[in-house]
Amino acid sequence: MKIHIKGGRLIDPRSGVDAKKDVYIAAGKIAGIGDPPSGFTANRVIDAANLVVCPGLVDLAARLREPGFEYMATLESEMKAAIAGGVTSLACPPDTDPPLDEPGLVEMLKFRAKNLNQAHVYPVGALTQGLQGERLTEMAELTDAGCVAFSHADCPINDNEMLRRALQYAATFGFPVWLRPQEAALARHGVAHDGQVATRLGLPGIPVCAETVALSTILILVRETGARVHLARLSSAEGVALVRQAKAQGLPVSCDIAAHHAHLTEMDVAYFDPNCHVMPPLRTERDRDALRAGLSDGTIDAICSDHTPVDEDAKQLPFAVAETGATGLELLLPLTLKWADESKTPLLSALAKITDAPARVLGIAAGHLTPEDVADVCLFDPEQYWKIEPGALKSQGTNSPFLGLELKGKVRHTLVEGQLVYEAK
Amino acid sequence: MWLNPSNPQLNKKGQLHHLLTLEGLPAELLWQILDTAKSFVGVKVKKVPLLRGKAIFNLFFEPSTRTRTTFEIAAKRLSADVINLNINASSQSKGESLLDTVDNLSAMHADMFVVRHGESGASHFIARHVAPDINVINAGDGRHAHPTQGLLDMYTVRHYKKDFSSLRVAIVGDILHSRVARSQIHALTTLGCPEIRVIAPKTLLPANVEQLGVHVYHDMRQGLKDTDVVMMLRLQNERMQGMLLPSAQEFYKSYGLTRDKLALAKADAIVLHPGPMNRGVEIDSSVADGKQSVILPQVTFGIAIRMAVMSILAGTKGNG
Repeated sequence: MKIHIKGGRLIDPRSGVDAKKDVYIAAGKIAGIGDPPSGFTANRVIDAANLVVCPGLVDLAARLREPGFEYMATLESEMKAAIAGGVTSLACPPDTDPPLDEPGLVEMLKFRAKNLNQAHVYPVGALTQGLQGERLTEMAELTDAGCVAFSHADCPINDNEMLRRALQYAATFGFPVWLRPQEAALARHGVAHDGQVATRLGLPGIPVCAETVALSTILILVRETGARVHLARLSSAEGVALVRQAKAQGLPVSCDIAAHHAHLTEMDVAYFDPNCHVMPPLRTERDRDALRAGLSDGTIDAICSDHTPVDEDAKQLPFAVAETGATGLELLLPLTLKWADESKTPLLSALAKITDAPARVLGIAAGHLTPEDVADVCLFDPEQYWKIEPGALKSQGTNSPFLGLELKGKVRHTLVEGQLVYEAK
Repeated sequence: MWLNPSNPQLNKKGQLHHLLTLEGLPAELLWQILDTAKSFVGVKVKKVPLLRGKAIFNLFFEPSTRTRTTFEIAAKRLSADVINLNINASSQSKGESLLDTVDNLSAMHADMFVVRHGESGASHFIARHVAPDINVINAGDGRHAHPTQGLLDMYTVRHYKKDFSSLRVAIVGDILHSRVARSQIHALTTLGCPEIRVIAPKTLLPANVEQLGVHVYHDMRQGLKDTDVVMMLRLQNERMQGMLLPSAQEFYKSYGLTRDKLALAKADAIVLHPGPMNRGVEIDSSVADGKQSVILPQVTFGIAIRMAVMSILAGTKGNG
């Protein structure tokens, strides 16, 4: 299948290209940019006038809910959501049931995903067995099975010695470790930012120090063990400051935030909206602004969706007992564009946060568009508004704080390995 | 920030349809409830037919004697039919069954739910899911709100002090976990009370509490100085010793209301307590039973307040 993407605005953050250029695809790869390769005859021409053509998006955290939580979502439903959101590569956290702590589970997930022939799935293995924080997993075996990194998802590691040893062991082999910094004891029972909104609503709070104490511990252990650590889902101004300082000192850390954290604050919890029950919690406007500043100055490398589809029953509950998380795969692009718009960030730099930068964190050959690259491509209309509502989402989870809002940026076509896997109606 | 839902308590005409919290309610509405309650306090006949034929369900997911009983008495005096349901929260498999419970009761042609629940926001949740012609009254949800308690406290203060505009009020004790304190604070600020103090150790104060419009005191003697009204809070047994407090005795030493400490308040200061009291922990018996105590009148006024709220809600329609 040879495809000619015609008349679009090509944006490739890695090569710094932002220009009107045609893209030619053959044999699953980029065959040419600008001018057609000699003798190229397209089987299909995609009219990309008024569309942005960029690398397929790379998402550092998308829960596919398999195995174990198929009542919340399935691989089929969430892979459809991914390509509808322009996401062509995604990492899935190990907090499935059972957790991704055995090679067989990882192989099965990779196999099932591959058969669907849609987005590329990169499993993140469990750092400890059963995510219990007691015994190491077989990281080398898991890596052979396809794990790209190891994490503890949202499960606490209560024992710093366990954390230190896990980082040492991972560092031995150069395996990356992804950690969401949250000190379990300080966050215990908490469901919202420990601030004025939680105080008004009578919700148990999660103080900022739950993040900063954990971050400080992790950064000290990174310094000691030399492990490559990716810090997932920062939420506070103080957290960003700590990471900025660590990076300035040359520590091998990278970090991300969830797309909704670039926009929402504790105020959005309003009258106990369970869709705003997310982890880490939505914090103050000052924190939100600091996260945005961190994105702009490069302290925060990537934006992820932190996609967490939840079934309706689990959200139809009073705030504190409602399941945490928000569906996000299909909102990653529009929320990133909204941040870019509001912060006057050029599209090229904004798209880097969801293409090139996360691909570098993952260490995969994706997130860029130059000749010979695998043709994972996203074409979107940057000016088209669409309304976030259950019927407009492919994900089985319709739990979004943004329901009812109109956002700009609609994916029109998604290509994976040169195959047109999604086309908007 | 940019998600901006409307106040779920008011219908499109701005009338009170559910009573979930006192926060954000206009002062006129609070005065209307207090005035209506006053008209009920004076009534000699035991029954008025305002709610005849209405079915009121007392839906208590947490144990309560005083609140449930006063709601029941209030409903009966208004000639409503009252059905009491004490639902052991632990026997509920959470989610579906809370909604199922509500759906089932709605199908039994309930007109009004009075809800007590251990989770903050539970009554908002129920109000969001009931049919539009059903009214919901929050009888206490987690740490969030206890609006009829707040109102009856306001009634009591008004009864003894007439005017809020020159009062200095102190709220003492476990502010962190108290839905009563939150409702009192919202009501007092709305009704124009110029100075509200909260007195507690740092471990029993929620984050940014001063943003509710209160002054924070850790020293009870300083905090009580020249106050007109002292509102004591109940300290739950399980919180008397552990991470937040070392012991009930030490709490009493620093924050128990004794005659000695009360003497620092104005000579005509009144003392309130939402009950049930822990004598010798947050309040000394000599104060609880003393001449400045208005704790028993609070209970009496509680019936009138609940009659007022029920009769006002019964007169408004939802956005059906």
